[in-house]
Amino acid sequence: MSATTLTDLRGADRIRHLPFWLGAVGVALAVFLALRLIGNEYGYYAGYFVLQYVVLASAWNILGGYAGYVNFGAAGFLAAGAYTAIVVRKAFGFDLIPGIFCAAVVTGLLGLGTGYLTLRLRGVYFSIATLCLAVVLQTLVVNWDYVGGSRGAYVIRPMTIPPFASYGEYIFLVMLVLAVITVGIARTVEVSRLGRGLQAIRDNERAAEAVGVPTLRLKLMATALCGALMGVAGAPLPYYSGYLNPDAAFSLAFAVNAIAMPLIGGAGTWAGPVIGAVLLASLQQAATVTISSALNLWIVGWILVIFVTIAPRGILGWFGKR
Amino acid sequence: MEFDLSLLLNGIVSGLLLGGLYAVAASGLAVSFGMLDIVNIAHPALMVAAAFLVVAVGGAIGLDPLLCAVLLSPVFYLIGVGIYTFYNRFFERRGDEALQGLAFFFGVMFIIEVGLVMAFGPEQRFLDPSYAFTTWRIGEIDLPLRMLIPALFGLLAIGLLYLFLHRSFIGLAIAAVAQDAEALRLLAIDPVKIKRLAFGVSAMLACIAGGALIVVQPVEPSSGQIFIGRVFAICIMGGMASLSGAIAAAFLFGVVENVTATFFGPSWAPAVAFGWLLLVLAFRPQGLFGRAA
Repeated sequence: MSATTLTDLRGADRIRHLPFWLGAVGVALAVFLALRLIGNEYGYYAGYFVLQYVVLASAWNILGGYAGYVNFGAAGFLAAGAYTAIVVRKAFGFDLIPGIFCAAVVTGLLGLGTGYLTLRLRGVYFSIATLCLAVVLQTLVVNWDYVGGSRGAYVIRPMTIPPFASYGEYIFLVMLVLAVITVGIARTVEVSRLGRGLQAIRDNERAAEAVGVPTLRLKLMATALCGALMGVAGAPLPYYSGYLNPDAAFSLAFAVNAIAMPLIGGAGTWAGPVIGAVLLASLQQAATVTISSALNLWIVGWILVIFVTIAPRGILGWFGKR
Repeated sequence: MEFDLSLLLNGIVSGLLLGGLYAVAASGLAVSFGMLDIVNIAHPALMVAAAFLVVAVGGAIGLDPLLCAVLLSPVFYLIGVGIYTFYNRFFERRGDEALQGLAFFFGVMFIIEVGLVMAFGPEQRFLDPSYAFTTWRIGEIDLPLRMLIPALFGLLAIGLLYLFLHRSFIGLAIAAVAQDAEALRLLAIDPVKIKRLAFGVSAMLACIAGGALIVVQPVEPSSGQIFIGRVFAICIMGGMASLSGAIAAAFLFGVVENVTATFFGPSWAPAVAFGWLLLVLAFRPQGLFGRAA
């Protein structure tokens, strides 16, 4: 039924959207009910931690996995989203949900602008630019007194939000919904003309251009979407922790995890970042309790290097999907 | 702020001195990124690692930091050779440079940075060589030796690099590998061997730059991040493979950044690097002195 519009794409598989969405909502409900039965606040806390990485890794994958353009600035985009949420709350009294929409718009434009200036060149220039973008955004935020500068900003969390048992449950549920939507968007991109165009760019950009793929336009769409989703991953962060300072928002952990997770799971497939994020984030959440956070990050760095070396197609590559 | 000529002059002069440091930092990248086409984003991290080693070794036995950096540079040569051998084996031969290779260098950068935090702690490190607090004055202009000596030292290293690249057989082979690796095979020269050597030289220059860096300013493990924007901007602006272009771009960059810091406050200096990089990429991707590709 939903596949009829796609049959004109020769060679395209018959894409079935309904089973995916039913399955995704089913999994999300099962996770939520399980945590509710456990009823432990820490469960929500750890769950949010994992899910924010599902969003971040899936967002990175849209540009990095499908098109092969590496975005090193995940922390910058995420922090831009988080600080947008703080600014609209302070300026207009917007709450979390409108804050998420504003963050998506701002970081989407940020991605579009960076992409517009650098994407006409080779991919490495875009990567270098995103790397610097994070540094400069941090400079801006540190110098910006309105959002607290380097002292940071507070968001007073209410004890409860009426229909939910606790605030932790509420913020977890918000992130769960965002994660389902993001993975759904990533999958839709993968099977759409946009995704196929991006894959053609990754395999051979000149050949793609020559057969009429509008490469720059597709790349800009992907960059904007990727930026917007990264901002979405960050917008609830100040609400989640109640306090945000530049060091936490621009943490290196976000930048390295956003790259490590899709590459470990299997970049270029919608399921890869999800697998990578769940594995790596759970590992880090477990490790934070037992070992120091620096060592924790160090291990992630080594896992990244080892995986790109011995398993360049990630975990999904072991099963010979391509 | 009221306009002040001597402030501006001093800003320009210390910007030029800073440019000497940036030039040596960028010259290593001009070899790896510009000539070998290897996007070594870990280069500034290597530089900071060298600075930390200089503090640890030089501080322990009371050696001059610049001399210490020279003595340590063979170690970095070997590190560079090791990194390139690994990169060539697992990424270049597979044709995975674009995504996995870039992620590899990012991983290396990350491992170095976090490794420094774990080994030395996150706080700033500094060294005061004997000339650190001497300042020469020429009229209105201050010439602090703390900046003059590393700048001259950096330029000396670049001069040696220039001679090496333009006068020695291996140096010419490096320039040749940048243009056509296959042609080198016809001369019975192994391009991989030449690239390995060149990458080692690039890592040596990172070590020299690290020694100069620790004299100029205190370093912390994350200092490398801000240098990424600087050195890549300078390298691209200078026309990638051109040493003289990189030096000119480094001086220009040092002056612009330092004058900005003088008149708007030092916390805005990082924004200069990025704005500059974006403008160069958007309008002159072939470099300030290059011809259109």
